[in-house]
Amino acid sequence: MDRIPILKMGQFLLVTIQVDMHDQLAITLQDDLTNRIAKERSRGVLLDISALDVVDSFIGRMIANISSMARVLDAQTVVVGMQPAVAITLVELGLPLEGVHTALNVEKGMVLLRRQLAAGAS
Amino acid sequence: MKASNRLAGVIKSHEKDILADWIKEQLASTTLRGDLLKESELREQSRAFLAAVQAAVQKGSEDIAGPAWADVKQLLAELSRARALAGFSPSETATFVLSLKQPLFSRMTAELKSNAAELGEELWSITLLLDKLGLQTIELYLKSRESVIDRQQTELLELSTPVVELWDDIVALPLVGTLDSNRTQIVMETLLQKIVQTGASIAIIDITGVPTVDTLVAQHLLKTVAATRLMGADCIISGIRPQIAQTIVHLGVNLGEVTTKASLADAFQVALKRTGATIGKAKPEAAESV
Repeated sequence: MDRIPILKMGQFLLVTIQVDMHDQLAITLQDDLTNRIAKERSRGVLLDISALDVVDSFIGRMIANISSMARVLDAQTVVVGMQPAVAITLVELGLPLEGVHTALNVEKGMVLLRRQLAAGAS
Repeated sequence: MKASNRLAGVIKSHEKDILADWIKEQLASTTLRGDLLKESELREQSRAFLAAVQAAVQKGSEDIAGPAWADVKQLLAELSRARALAGFSPSETATFVLSLKQPLFSRMTAELKSNAAELGEELWSITLLLDKLGLQTIELYLKSRESVIDRQQTELLELSTPVVELWDDIVALPLVGTLDSNRTQIVMETLLQKIVQTGASIAIIDITGVPTVDTLVAQHLLKTVAATRLMGADCIISGIRPQIAQTIVHLGVNLGEVTTKASLADAFQVALKRTGATIGKAKPEAAESV
């Protein structure tokens, strides 16, 4: 069965979606990710969706859900690399993902995560 | 059948005279645009048209939708298109066809001097025919004008959405004109594309040139801001005039957490601050030494 790999980088988890998302894959990812956050006691999740060309309302909600679940487990989520078409689709679907942090690329996402972690620690 | 045959006969036997009269009529009419059309061109067009009409009438059909009139309509289409593009007015274009009535009427009257009833019938059928052709001309004229407008609209859409790089990490989008859904879509796409290209983290949307903001325009603006945020960039709306601020509040539009500024300069300062850059005046002594 397909799985999306979750990479550990220090206190953070890095998830790069490089295949077309289908619903089962999204549910598996939610499962795996929450488990890993709990197991590794991660403080941040970087979700890279730069290779995602197509989203539907389900995937959109999945992204919002992952962010909320991570927050409950005390980890910040940053979604990075969203394609223009995907951003427009989500807005038109009425899913502006309020409360989800976003960044333009992985590098900026990392900076944002570190800054948030520092702000949380102080 | 009989009526059109007589018309064909009249045109055939008096073609030269009719043509001469017709051209004289057109040259004398107040709607002639000597500045836009040469007399030789007019002569050539008139000659070709009269010949085509004669050929069509000869075939015995009075129904201008029929195949017999295909040539005439083709000629008219070219003519109205050319005139629409050259800047003729609709009546100036239609006069080309309608001014043919006078010479045809006078020939027909001369032909049927003794038979009033038949003359009336003939004149009626000529009038019907030329009116149909006149309407056809106007229709074609409008069609070519509309295609011009369509093309200009597309060009306007492309022209009106430049995204400018103001600074490292800062892009600005000066909006001019009314925002409709079509334009918003293009504005959104170009802005997001530019953000990807430049890696900018702040986008300033300047609406100084937007004449009115209603709920729909506000909705479009908010959508653009939301999409920008999803990409990972911040959005500032600037250039909100006092009247527009009042309208926004009266309409009950909630701009939420969007940063808004009265002028582009203020927005730029905020953007600089957020990216950590500063701009200041050079110190006087430094300026002197340069």
